Amino acid sequence: MDWLDWLLLVARIVLVFFGLLISVLLYIWFERKVIADLQTRKGPMRAGPRGILVTLADGIKLFFKEGIVPTNADRRVYLLAPVLAMFPGFLAFSTIPFGTGTTLFGRKIPFQLVDLDIGILWVLAMTSIAVYGVVLAGWASGSNYPLLGAVRSTAQMISYEVAMGLSLVAVLMYSGHLSFSEIVAAQDRVWNVVPMFPAFVVYLICGIAETNRPPFDLAEAETELVAGFHTEYSGITFAMFFLGEYVSTVTVAAIGVTLFLGGWRGPAPDFLPALWPFLWFLLKVTLVIYLFVLIRGTLPRVRYDRLMAFGWKVLIPFGLVWVLITGAIVVLPAELELDRGTVLTWAAIALGATLLLSFLPIGRSQRREEVPR
Amino acid sequence: MTAQEYAFAVIAAVGSISAIAVVTARNVVHAALYLVVALLSVGATFLLLGAEFAGWVQILIYVGAIVILFLFGLMLTKAPIGRDTLDNTHRWVGLLVAAGVFAGLAFLIQDAFPLDAEPFEVFHGSTSVVGESMFRDFVLPFEAISFLLLAALIGAIVLARKDEGN
Repeated sequence: MDWLDWLLLVARIVLVFFGLLISVLLYIWFERKVIADLQTRKGPMRAGPRGILVTLADGIKLFFKEGIVPTNADRRVYLLAPVLAMFPGFLAFSTIPFGTGTTLFGRKIPFQLVDLDIGILWVLAMTSIAVYGVVLAGWASGSNYPLLGAVRSTAQMISYEVAMGLSLVAVLMYSGHLSFSEIVAAQDRVWNVVPMFPAFVVYLICGIAETNRPPFDLAEAETELVAGFHTEYSGITFAMFFLGEYVSTVTVAAIGVTLFLGGWRGPAPDFLPALWPFLWFLLKVTLVIYLFVLIRGTLPRVRYDRLMAFGWKVLIPFGLVWVLITGAIVVLPAELELDRGTVLTWAAIALGATLLLSFLPIGRSQRREEVPR
Repeated sequence: MTAQEYAFAVIAAVGSISAIAVVTARNVVHAALYLVVALLSVGATFLLLGAEFAGWVQILIYVGAIVILFLFGLMLTKAPIGRDTLDNTHRWVGLLVAAGVFAGLAFLIQDAFPLDAEPFEVFHGSTSVVGESMFRDFVLPFEAISFLLLAALIGAIVLARKDEGN
């Protein structure tokens, strides 16, 4: 590697970092606008044309506000927590391919920061490190509501991480690769969302829960916990939590697009071959985010015990069964010399039949609601 | 020294210092955070040896799951808000056990990999190699460990469960 390679590498890192920041600014504005539309309001209108600069204004305002460290807080951990909450989202994004790449100065520039062989493991490691931000913020604040919020939120994130891991396992079994670029390459004929639709649904639900977005935003639950784990934070430290949450949402959408929706794949005309895959990627990520916003605007917040019950009693068993079926889809065609599609069809029929049967009231006793005494 | 050896020296120093800090820290959450640094440096050592899969799994399991569960358990049971102090009255027993474990491990490692042995070739362990050796050559130990974990899981449920009607 000579100096030009290093320069290009640094340029790529800076571009991805600021690209992600700008996309978050636009995304927050987009979310506020869509929700305003759902509630027949206008939403932010003042800063910039149709209020597009509102997030920037908010960010600048937060930057100049006083940052308060409560007397009872553990100062070092208190200041470490927002950093830990912010960076995993950025780091997880670094393995995602967002285009085919291009050639500049006779060198190949992939549209991806690093192509790790173990991309999925990296993403899982980053999501689990993001939990630290929440736990430490709640503990270090030195007061009760943040601690309660942190305990809730940690339980939620750990539980849904398991189900999310199961949905990712199904995808990596089906495509046979851990690296994102290989997974995108394996989707040249059919996007993974078609054969792996149940895993996609599990992934989306867990993605919403992992990023603490409504209807799973039990971590904050304004009506019960003031603001949950970041109650005591103000100014720039609060902005870091906020930014971290939205960056993770963009990253979750981007990972979903890469694993299930074919990544940057899409029909492209001949001119500017490097541009179209990138545009396709942007379009798909925007659509997934639009879905997240619609869900947020539509559904009320889930009660905490129901959230945990849903995670442990529905999503995880469902994910496990789907991993089993995926194993059958991968192994059986080779063993029985069948077509993959045939096995897939039968698996889908079996799954549908099981689902239908589970709705029949056979052998189900009337459970009484547990009343706390 | 090669760049790899320099990196190992730094990682080993950071890991050892934070491992000592785990037992000297007076605050139990700080101790858990030092444990995170120590475990990260173990993961980094795996990465240095070229074992990418083992390194990231180490970080994913230990840093991402086990220490988080420690912290979670601490908050559920003791809720040590703010500064609290922690000490142990069994210092001498602890020292004895630690010295014994250190001597045993040092002897075993020295026995298995003597200092004048051939240097390792860096092994680029791809995930499929790890998977194949685990499920082809070491299937019985793997199943035994799974069984042990299952037993522990059931035991935990039995302990935690309250009988109906109480």
